[in-house]
Amino acid sequence: MFGFFSSLDCSLDIFFVEALLNGVLLAGLLALLALGLNLVFGVIDVVWICYAELVMIGMYAIFFFVQTVGLPLPLAFLLAIGLVAIAGLLLHYLVIRPVLDQPPINQLLVTGGLLFLLQAAATMAFGIEFRNLGLRLGSMNIGDMSFSWSRIITFAVAIAAVVALWQFLTRTYIGTAIRAISQDRQIMPLMGVDQKKVYLATSAIGGGLAGLAACLMVLQYDIYPQIGLQFGPLTFMICVLGGLGNMVGGFVAAFIIAQFITIGGSCVATEWGYAVAFLFFMLVIFVRPQGLFGAKS
Amino acid sequence: MLDLKGVDAGYGAFQALFGISMRVNAGEAVAVIGANGAGKTTLMRVISGMLPASSGTMTMEGSDLRTTPPHKVVELGIAHVPESRRLFPRLSVEDNLRLGAYIPSARAHFAERLDYVYGLFPRLKERRGQFAGTMSGGEQQMCAIARALMSKPKLVLLDEPSMGLAPVIVQQVFDLVRRIRTEGYTVLIVEQNVSQVLKVADRAYLLEVGRIVQSGSSAELAASDEIRKAYMGI
Amino acid sequence: MITQKHIAWAVGLTALLLLPLLIRLMFPDTDRYYLHLVIQILIWAFIYTGWSMMGRFGLTSLGHGAFTGIGAYVTVLLWNFAGITPWIGIPVAMLVATLAGLLVGYPCFRMRITGHYFALLTLAFTEFVRLCIIGLRDWTGGSLGTQPTRYGDGLSFYAVQFEPNRVLAYYIVLAVWLIGLMIWVKVDRSMDRYALDAASQDEDAAASVGINVTREKLKITAVSSAMCAFGGAIYGQYQMYIGPETIAGLGVSLNIVFAVIAGGIWSLMGPTFGAVFTQVLAEGLRVGLRGSETLSKLLGQSALALDTFIYGLLLVLFIIYMPKGVIGTLAERFRQK
Ligand SMILES: Nc1ncnc2c1ncn2[C@@H]1O[C@H](COP(=O)(O)OP(=O)(O)OP(=O)(O)O)[C@@H](O)[C@H]1O
Ligand SMILES: [Mg+2]
Repeated sequence: MFGFFSSLDCSLDIFFVEALLNGVLLAGLLALLALGLNLVFGVIDVVWICYAELVMIGMYAIFFFVQTVGLPLPLAFLLAIGLVAIAGLLLHYLVIRPVLDQPPINQLLVTGGLLFLLQAAATMAFGIEFRNLGLRLGSMNIGDMSFSWSRIITFAVAIAAVVALWQFLTRTYIGTAIRAISQDRQIMPLMGVDQKKVYLATSAIGGGLAGLAACLMVLQYDIYPQIGLQFGPLTFMICVLGGLGNMVGGFVAAFIIAQFITIGGSCVATEWGYAVAFLFFMLVIFVRPQGLFGAKS
Repeated sequence: MLDLKGVDAGYGAFQALFGISMRVNAGEAVAVIGANGAGKTTLMRVISGMLPASSGTMTMEGSDLRTTPPHKVVELGIAHVPESRRLFPRLSVEDNLRLGAYIPSARAHFAERLDYVYGLFPRLKERRGQFAGTMSGGEQQMCAIARALMSKPKLVLLDEPSMGLAPVIVQQVFDLVRRIRTEGYTVLIVEQNVSQVLKVADRAYLLEVGRIVQSGSSAELAASDEIRKAYMGI
Repeated sequence: MITQKHIAWAVGLTALLLLPLLIRLMFPDTDRYYLHLVIQILIWAFIYTGWSMMGRFGLTSLGHGAFTGIGAYVTVLLWNFAGITPWIGIPVAMLVATLAGLLVGYPCFRMRITGHYFALLTLAFTEFVRLCIIGLRDWTGGSLGTQPTRYGDGLSFYAVQFEPNRVLAYYIVLAVWLIGLMIWVKVDRSMDRYALDAASQDEDAAASVGINVTREKLKITAVSSAMCAFGGAIYGQYQMYIGPETIAGLGVSLNIVFAVIAGGIWSLMGPTFGAVFTQVLAEGLRVGLRGSETLSKLLGQSALALDTFIYGLLLVLFIIYMPKGVIGTLAERFRQK
């Protein structure tokens, strides 16, 4: 399913270095995925179990705009980001808002139901076949090592997005409110902050980040309805590892997990890279339940 | 300026305030005193919209407070410094102040207001990059008051500003309250420390289990035997 | 003393015992299909009851897809590759699942991991098990799944294979389901239940009155994971096919939790009701929508996913409008009248 690692052999050092660097490149994408989820959790205290399905919707949207409508790629990207941002907004308004007072498990499940729904919707609209845009960006060779341009671009854009979001959160009023809200929800109105608006803004930004991730993922991966199941659990794991809601922690955790996946994957097989990553994750959480970088509560 | 008539409020089935009528005129400092659980905090929360009143009328300079959504109350010129300060502990001092200036009218003058409150509290300027939660209690109280002043309010609600502070610091806090009075803000203050607050305030209301049982000038209340016995330990 | 409750139970039980006969009378040609549906419901009802052991005490695990997976795969692999009869294989599988449950549970409970963190951590465990199943593809058939080797004509006491005889299969799973209910009642009446109730409300307070919270939680985890492993094993023996997505993985975990929440987490019959509800809904949608010619003409191939789409939509609506589950909400309405 993941064509990203050919059967490399660990005994060759050069391949190890290549895997290491590819891990760094993968980490950029994972960090971006974790960022949106962490943002939403940090502000609204709700886990969007269907987060990766929003990404999937974005990928199909790009596919649709390019292949069916015939739009140029950059325009399709912009439209997809906007579309998924609106999806995030609607997700909050229609689904999350009514269950805000319910127990956390119901909030988790309601987005779980959405996961089934979105997958089925994608299957209905596009079928179960693997789709792609047929882009060939080639790769960059350094000595015997080769890195695909799509991954390098992904990494650069993801890092740029992280930096941009950070600027937004620290420089603007609403960004400051977003950082504050989880620390004391009740007194937000005393500051003149309308909590509902902050929630909506956060959901739209979270969706927009999923849309951006979708743009980057179509460069590398095939599109199919279950792709969310590949990336969803991984994203949760990174968020929890970094401390749920802790955006900086999630960023670092993405780099750690990506190394497990690429190095493990290049030594044995892709699933084992993932399995080892999950095992590592569980071991860490047993020692530090608040995540590697979460504050002790 | 602020006018309450027959205000009732409570938490679910439990009624905490009964027919509260009171007013605060522009430029005054008014104190609300009463024992623990009398409903002082509840009264402040009702005024700032954190808790809806169940009946009565409540106006601020003629605007109906009961129909104003909670986050719009600040825009009418009411800033509430809540009980036990409630700073955002993991935001810097300056970010806390920035949130104080969240409303559109204050945003435009953020830099100016920041200079102003740093002038009032030079200590905060020294600590502006520090997480608010890591400051001392007295500094946190300064920060909470400064945050309220950022919105350029007309009326400042202070809920037990001296709570949990050492006697020396309490003295400083009351000096602070005097300071903001002289800066031209109208003040409504809740205090347990009755003898001190009566020195600062022009008038006072005495609250007992949710009802106003006595009101008058500070001097009158300070002279009342009951109050001296029950609240000042004399 | 014989109470109304006893009579209700006796009537219900008799009805269940006679059910195969009834089905044969009512649907003489399609009785195998309807029996199959009932068998599915009972197997899942048992698994859901197993989950609710933990779920009702606030331990909302998304890890039970791992336990059902372990139960099914260990049993089948032992049989296929070592020739070990499921009479031994199933207990071994339950033991493995219990150990895994305790291994994950112990640190969680010691470190007081609850809420979102517990859900996401157990989700990671499910994912880990699913990846292991896929990774061991030489034995497990990877993502394609595998089958227990048929023993003779597929009807064997020794191999615990009973799929060809639906009536027999029905009575077996009926017994399994009843055992599940008995375990639930036993736990409900035990002292542990009070301890766990207390712990789920306030762990510190529970600990301060001398309850060993970690041990209580581990006990219930052991029961719950063993039950789900057993259910998974029976599922494999009946279906004669197991796949990483059908009996393990996040989808299974989510379905378990959904069904129990829909049925009602607090009552004995809640999980069973959830099983009836979700299975009938899924099956009804599948048959109704895929069978309809107008729909398949209209939607073509996409009709294939329409049932899942509506299923997902209904789940969302149920949680928004009936957060206390179908039984809970109906009971509340009833009381108000
Ligand atoms: N969130 C709440 N829910 C229910 N009852 C509350 C709540 N907050 C306060 N009360 C009740 O309302 C009454 C008034 O409380 P309030 O906090 O206004 O008192 P107070 O005068 O500020 O006391 P203190 O001097 O201790 O701060 C009390 O009986 C209290 O128990
Ligand atoms: Mg108070």
